[in-house]
Amino acid sequence: MDKPISSSPLASCHAELGARMINFGGWNLPVEYSGLLLEHQATRQAAGLFDISHMGQIRTQGAGALAALESLLTNDPAKLRMGEGHYTFLTNDQGGVIDDLLLYRLGPEDFLLVVNASRHQEDLSVLRKDQNNRALFQGDPGTKAGMALQGPRAEAILSKLLPAGETSPLRNTLKESQILGIPATIARTGYTGEDGFEIFTSLEDGPKIWRALLEKGKPMGILPCGLGARDSLRLEAGLPLNGQDLSPEITPIEAGLGFFVDLSRPRPFPGRAQLEQAKINGARRTTIGLVGQPKQAPPRHGYPVFLSGKQIGEITSGVPSPTLGYGVALALITNPAPACGQDLEFEVRGRRVPAKVSSRKFLLKK
Amino acid sequence: MNTPTDLLYAKTHEWLRQGKGDDTVGITDYAQSALGDVVFVELPKAGRKVVAGEVVATVESVKAASDIYAPITGEITETNPTLSADPGLINREPYGSGWLFRIQADAGKNHALLSASDYSSTLSS
Repeated sequence: MDKPISSSPLASCHAELGARMINFGGWNLPVEYSGLLLEHQATRQAAGLFDISHMGQIRTQGAGALAALESLLTNDPAKLRMGEGHYTFLTNDQGGVIDDLLLYRLGPEDFLLVVNASRHQEDLSVLRKDQNNRALFQGDPGTKAGMALQGPRAEAILSKLLPAGETSPLRNTLKESQILGIPATIARTGYTGEDGFEIFTSLEDGPKIWRALLEKGKPMGILPCGLGARDSLRLEAGLPLNGQDLSPEITPIEAGLGFFVDLSRPRPFPGRAQLEQAKINGARRTTIGLVGQPKQAPPRHGYPVFLSGKQIGEITSGVPSPTLGYGVALALITNPAPACGQDLEFEVRGRRVPAKVSSRKFLLKK
Repeated sequence: MNTPTDLLYAKTHEWLRQGKGDDTVGITDYAQSALGDVVFVELPKAGRKVVAGEVVATVESVKAASDIYAPITGEITETNPTLSADPGLINREPYGSGWLFRIQADAGKNHALLSASDYSSTLSS
């Protein structure tokens, strides 16, 4: 990578809090503040605040916006009502995942795409490949400050900072509002398996909102959280990470996310024929949940997986689950997939460790 | 960071306490802090002969698995039996009850370990 490392607009906040910083997808971001376990637990039990300024925003506005998105994304944007958002994929001609993203509809021909930092430039070049679409897609990296407020107390904390009488957005919707009187885009979504919000504001105003959320949330147990807790939280919730569980070589069907590939509409999109085939006849591979045991070596990315002594695939993401006390993982394996509860093994440093096939939703709903 | 002056250190963040017979090895305060909460430890078998710089153990936090290297050449004589039940000892008492293993140094082998002040100067602040 010859890209310079971008600094977050919230960098001054992280320095004040003594965060440990790392390079993530070309961004200098906090990996940990008070400790991964504490941050993970705070998000499950109270609230966590995450810097997501690296998440890219692309706006599609004007005549032809809907038609362009319909011809590019796997989920059907025409089904979104104003203010609503959904999870969708940008796929290549083989149906592999270029990026997974959230698409929000702001108006009949006005959409916001929230994309992965590492794929932002590639997304733009794919979206603009058609001459007619070139001017439709706007949005360079690093133009907004973004933060995710996540956890069972997220709504209580946010509501203290909204204008009087204003309610927070409903699940999977977005609205333009104000926090502390500062204009902000607030979406009720997240990447932790908890209720929560993703908030975007101007680069200058980001630190004010960050500090205000931490201050208001303090009596309710909020903690600033780094990328470490973000990863363990998303994996416990069975949510995929682009670059590990999703890639140009893995289709949404293989990732177990066929629900977000909508074939009920007529318009083609890249890889549609392959994805349609896979939905009807079954894909070559599938993604399963896998659980380890307490006191055993935890599953990690890249470890091979065995069924009855024969390798059937490998772990794409794995972590010792802080909530459950044993390892949880996503594994991409060759079909036919063994049933839930089936005994498996994964290999750690040359040793086989027992595991079981599980649902990909590792946590029980509260 | 706490770096006791009576110990020797490897650049790879292990410490060694020289004893009358065998020596005791653990990871430094800096290492445990960088790693975060330890949830799993894999230790070598007693009797294993190891060469300085060889991977002999693995310490895992939620974040990652980290290799632990033999600071000197010799034979593993004992491992810390309490770590499998309470791996968090490595975070709480890295220089005390969170030790990893004991090693009998090969006679005549010189080591290339650092003093506390030399080790401290290798750490970025």
